[in-house]
Amino acid sequence: MAEEAKIWTEGLNFFYGASQALHDINIKISPHNVTAFIGPSGCGKSTFLRCLNRMNETIVGTRIEGKVFIDGHDIYDRSVDVVDIRRRVGMVFQKSNPFPKSIFDNVAYGLRIGGLKDKDKLAEIVEKALIDAAIWDEVKDRLQESAMGLSGGQQQRLCIARALAVEPEVLLMDEPASALDPIATQRIEELIHQLKEKYTIVIVTHNMQQAARVSDITAFFYLGRIIEVDDTETIFTRPKLKQTEDYITGRFG
Amino acid sequence: MLLNIKGIMPGMVSKANKSPLPPFNKRGMRGDFKPGRFRWRKAKERLIASFFFFNGMVSIIILAGIFSLLFSEGLPAFKEIHFSDFLQSTWNPTSYVKATYGLGAIMVSTLMVTFGALLIAVPVGLACAAYLAEIASPRVREVLKPIIEILAGIPSVVLGFLGIVVVNPLIARAFGMPNGLNALNGCILLAIMSLPTIISLSEDAIAAVPKTHKDASLALGASRWQTLVRVTIPSALSGIIASIMLGMGRAIGETMTVLMATGNAQAMPHSFLDAVRTMTATIAIELGEVPFGSAHYHALFVIGFVLFVMTFLVNLVSDIILQKYQEVEQ
Ligand SMILES: Nc1ncnc2c1ncn2[C@@H]1O[C@H](COP(=O)(O)OP(=O)(O)OP(=O)(O)O)[C@@H](O)[C@H]1O
Ligand SMILES: [Mg+2]
Repeated sequence: MAEEAKIWTEGLNFFYGASQALHDINIKISPHNVTAFIGPSGCGKSTFLRCLNRMNETIVGTRIEGKVFIDGHDIYDRSVDVVDIRRRVGMVFQKSNPFPKSIFDNVAYGLRIGGLKDKDKLAEIVEKALIDAAIWDEVKDRLQESAMGLSGGQQQRLCIARALAVEPEVLLMDEPASALDPIATQRIEELIHQLKEKYTIVIVTHNMQQAARVSDITAFFYLGRIIEVDDTETIFTRPKLKQTEDYITGRFG
Repeated sequence: MLLNIKGIMPGMVSKANKSPLPPFNKRGMRGDFKPGRFRWRKAKERLIASFFFFNGMVSIIILAGIFSLLFSEGLPAFKEIHFSDFLQSTWNPTSYVKATYGLGAIMVSTLMVTFGALLIAVPVGLACAAYLAEIASPRVREVLKPIIEILAGIPSVVLGFLGIVVVNPLIARAFGMPNGLNALNGCILLAIMSLPTIISLSEDAIAAVPKTHKDASLALGASRWQTLVRVTIPSALSGIIASIMLGMGRAIGETMTVLMATGNAQAMPHSFLDAVRTMTATIAIELGEVPFGSAHYHALFVIGFVLFVMTFLVNLVSDIILQKYQEVEQ
């Protein structure tokens, strides 16, 4: 972690009503790196991801303590426009959630929201995003058909394309390959590799090999805390804590 | 990189069979198939299906009955009145000079009052529904929604009073006219009348839009307003259109309110400030006094028939629009 961090948190606590889901999270996320979050189901990975683009605010009854900085600015500061944050910090959700609109309109959505009207430009960016998300060949002849008619894996890649189209600085991906076959998975992993030239990427995954393959830094979450965070290489070969090793090797619990 | 992943497959733990289902037999089945039970289940399914079919048929039969009544009572009118007479503008069957049966003015009046009402009620209703579903706190919603639903139960005569006592002087003053009993008055009252239906049903439709759709939009940097206009309302559109159709059904068929508040002039209206008489009002006023079996009597059924066809067409068109729209959406 040589460079200045892109995102960092200070003493982050998060509550769903009375129950605390995140405890004292302190982490630095470097730019132009892929950071992987691993950990058992329910440990708070998605919750933490949502803290980074303030999507947790859409859930009623939640509360956050502590600070999240992006490029040195506290994103929870009163003066910050949440729309700005979300435009800079893109997100691919754990459950694919295409709009009930055409495939084209799904990918063009963020661009149109941003005020882009030029038809050729739209078509160009949409095509590029779909190619990057490894779904172009499957949908190029049916761009005007509803996205709801796509298979689960196709919907997942469509959502990736939709997030890519607006070129965010940070891309949060919550299990982006959970419904993909090995070939599509590989292409998404290659994409992540390419993207880190430009973007800062955070990925949640249950697939240890995937974390090992795509990420530079890995953070292990357990029961709402970060147990260990280090270079991926270190985490997967010489983890410092027994808990981490047990989880990675599948001897957990 | 060295990966040492083992023990991921959960052990095949065999526990004592505590399931409430019968145990597996040698062929790996839970008991044998019982054809008798299967047949009974099938019969039951069929029984239920035919029950629903019957109910569906009843409504169709009633509809067909009304249609044929209007048709058969209306048809004899053509023995004495020429078809082209109905196409004239003025309706005045009791004229001392020459009875006229033109449907033009009363049809235009009905359309003016109905669509004018929608022009007011749809934007206001949608805004209210969006406010209730998206912006209002749960407590505000819990108070407001039942109140709005109670509004739907106000008898039309009471609204007619309102039109005469409140809206009438307001319009008269605003436009400097001797009285405010005109199409505009009817529009306002019918808007009030159809608002509860539009608000309540649209709110349901908007609230039913999955949060994941809205999240997707917000996460792409859309504001709440953009999300509402571009995702939430389009996703709820079939429910919203249904609510508008119901509201419109109420407006187009409403009789008492318009009869009281719109001035009842039989001449062709030229603006919303002219007094009008709608088709419903005409039937209500005249049917009680007309000699049974006369040409006038049958002509009133022709009005009913035309009204019926008009509502039918409106519903049909909105159905087609909806279908076209849903082809893209789903
Ligand atoms: N909307 C919510 N309301 C209340 N509690 C929630 C909500 N979402 C998550 N939780 C709770 O917060 C904890 C962390 O959940 P989170 O979704 O962040 O886990 P996760 O690490 O992403 O799990 P998974 O790997 O299964 O996706 C869990 O105990 C969960 O039950
Ligand atoms: Mg999750």
